[in-house]
Amino acid sequence: MSQDTLFDKVWDLHKVSSLPGGSDQIFIGLHLIHEVTSPQAFGALKDKNLKVKFPDRTVATVDHIVPTDNQSRPFKDSLAEQMIETLENNCLEHKIRFFNIGSGNQGIVHVVAPELGLTQPGMTIACGDSHTSTHGAFGSIAFGIGTSQVRDVLATQTIAMNKLKVRQIWCDKKLSQGVYAKDLVLHIINVLGVKAGVGFAYEFAGPAIEELSMEERMTICNMSIEGGARCGYINPDEKTFSYIKNKLYSPQNEYWDNALLWWKSLKSDENSVYDDVIKLDASKIEPTVTWGITPGQSIGINQKIPLLDELSANDKLVAEEAYEYMSFKPGQSIKDTPVDVCFIGSCTNGRISDLRVAAKVLKNKKVSKNVKAFVVPGSEKVANKAKQEGLDQIFKDSGFQWREPGCSMCLAMNSDKLIGNQVSASSSNRNFKGRQGSPSGRTLLMSPAMVAAAAINGKVSDVREFIIK
Amino acid sequence: MKSEFSPPIGRISQINGKCISLIGNDIDTDRIIPARFLKCIDFNSLGKSVFEDDRKTLKGRHPFDLEENKNASILIVNSNFGCGSSREHAPQALMRWGIKAIIGESFAEIFYSNCLAIGIPCFTLPKKSIQKIQIYNDKNFLFLEIDLKNSLAKSQDLDFQLDIKESSRKMFLSGEWDATSTLLENENLIKNKFNELPYLKFSSN
Repeated sequence: MSQDTLFDKVWDLHKVSSLPGGSDQIFIGLHLIHEVTSPQAFGALKDKNLKVKFPDRTVATVDHIVPTDNQSRPFKDSLAEQMIETLENNCLEHKIRFFNIGSGNQGIVHVVAPELGLTQPGMTIACGDSHTSTHGAFGSIAFGIGTSQVRDVLATQTIAMNKLKVRQIWCDKKLSQGVYAKDLVLHIINVLGVKAGVGFAYEFAGPAIEELSMEERMTICNMSIEGGARCGYINPDEKTFSYIKNKLYSPQNEYWDNALLWWKSLKSDENSVYDDVIKLDASKIEPTVTWGITPGQSIGINQKIPLLDELSANDKLVAEEAYEYMSFKPGQSIKDTPVDVCFIGSCTNGRISDLRVAAKVLKNKKVSKNVKAFVVPGSEKVANKAKQEGLDQIFKDSGFQWREPGCSMCLAMNSDKLIGNQVSASSSNRNFKGRQGSPSGRTLLMSPAMVAAAAINGKVSDVREFIIK
Repeated sequence: MKSEFSPPIGRISQINGKCISLIGNDIDTDRIIPARFLKCIDFNSLGKSVFEDDRKTLKGRHPFDLEENKNASILIVNSNFGCGSSREHAPQALMRWGIKAIIGESFAEIFYSNCLAIGIPCFTLPKKSIQKIQIYNDKNFLFLEIDLKNSLAKSQDLDFQLDIKESSRKMFLSGEWDATSTLLENENLIKNKFNELPYLKFSSN
C-alpha cells in the first residue's frame, strides 16, 4: 500500500469517515459541473427534497453541447437550448457561480478552472466528466464521477469511494524536438495498456515531466483515464505556483504566502512508497499517432501498424476489430494516410500553447484542398489571447476555420461531426468507434502540431519535417 | 425491453435472470450510448438507444436485437467493459433496457462506480469462465440465480463463485449503494472537514 505520496496526503486530509461498507467518505474541495451530466443530479435533489450543501464550492460552465459556428440564442438545436436553459435555471435556483457564453470565462470545464485559478494543489476536485483527471497537473486529486455522484456532491459535498493504489510513471531524459506531451501520454498508454490504470492513481514524475509546461502537464494528466486511471497527478513545483499566481480566483496578498507554504509541503516524500513503479525513456519517443479504436493502439510516425502476431493474446481481439473498422492492413505505414478532416481543440489540446504550436507550423502555408480543417479554442480566454497574438489570422490565412469555444468534435454533441467513414486527424483524446459523430467515422489521435502538418499535406505527416530545418 | 421500468430500491441480495452475452474487449461508453443521446435532461428514454450504432451496423444481428435475448437481465461481457466517458447514461441505458447485473472479466473504474451508484452489481470472473459462459450461452438458454450474500451464481448446468469488491457487496446487501442518505448522516463531520481544510481559508471568493 502506498505511503507518503501526494495522493496519500491529499486523500487522508479529505477523508471524512470510514463508511460501514468499507469505502471512505471523501470531501470534495471543488466541484465542477456542466450541462450534460448535471440536470439529472439536480432532478434527484428535488426528488429527495435536498439542497446544495455548499453552493460556493461548485462552479459551472457550458461546453459539451455549445455550437461553435453560431452561438446566438436560442440555439438552433432545441435540445441543446433546453440543456443550457436547464443549467442556467439550476445555477440560478441554487446560487451556483456560472460562466455562461459571453462572460469572457466560458469554455471547456477543464480549460476554464485552471485558467481562472480555481484549480489548486492539494484540493480534491470532482466533475461529471472523465477528463477531470486534467486538474491533477497542479498536484490536486481530481477524478471523473457519474451523475449519481454529482448528486451526492451537490447534497453532501462528499462521495463514497475506495482509496486508489498509486503507480509512479517515471519519465527519464527529455522529449526530443517535434515531440510533445500528447506523444508522451499516447506512448505511455500504449506501453501500459488501456486498462492498466484501473484501481490506480498515476503519479507522473521524472525529468521529462518536470521539463513540461503546466499546459503540457495538463495534457498528460488529462489522458490518464484513457490508460484506465481515474486520476493522474504531478507533484507541484515552481512552475505550478507561478502559473496560478495572479489568476482571478487564486489566493491574493497575504493569503498567497500561506498558500505557497502549504502547497510546498504537499509533494510526495523522497522515501514515499508506491504500489508500483514504471520507468521509461522519453527521449526515444517519436511523434505518435493512433491507428485503431482505442487510445492504446498507437505507433510512432515511422512505425508500421502491428501484425496480429506481434500483439499479446489480450490485444488481438480488439486489434482485429480495429483493422476492419479503420480499413487498415496489418504491417501498413501510418504515414501518408490521407485525411479528410483536421480538428484542433478539446480539453486535451485546446489551450493557448497548443494553438501557438499549430500556428507556427501553419504560418505561410495552406491547408490541402481536400481537407476540412477547423480550430476550436478551449475557452473564451484562450480565444481572446489567440486573437491578441494574431493566431486566429494565421489559422484563417492557412485555410482553417476559426470557431467559438466548446468541446466540439471531440465528442460531436454539437453539429461538428464526421460524415460517413471520413478520416480525421484530431488533437482530441478518444478514437473510439463513432466517437466523432459518424457511426463509421475514423479518428487518428495526434498532437496539435501533427494535426497542422496533416492539414497542410492532406495526409498523416511527420511534423519534424516542418519545424526542423 | 421492459415496458414499465422501475429502478432498484433498497437492499439487493438476489438477482435471477436470463443471460445475454456480448463479446468484445474495451467496449466503451460511447458505444453503449452514443453522445447524441446525451442531449436530454432525464434518463427515461435511453433504454431503446442502447448500443444504437453497433446495432444499426449489425442490422438485427446484435445480441440486444436477437429474439432469444428478449427479457434477458444478466449481461456477460469481456475485459475493460465501460471504458471511456464517465457518462452515467451508459449504465442507465443498460438498466432501462432491462439489465440488472453484469458479469465480466473486468470493468472500467468510473463505469463500475456508476453501476454501484444506481444498483447494478458488477461481478468478475476469470477469462476462461467468462468464455465458458459465452460459449454455453451461444447454444443454450442460460438462466442464472445470483446470490450476493455468498457471491454465487447458479444454473442448471453451471455454477460459479463470483468476485465482487467486498465494500460493494456490503453496500448492495445493506442498501447503502444509494449513498446520499448514508453520506448525510455524517453532517457534523462534513462541517468539521469544511472548517479544517487549509485551502478554503486562502481566499474569500
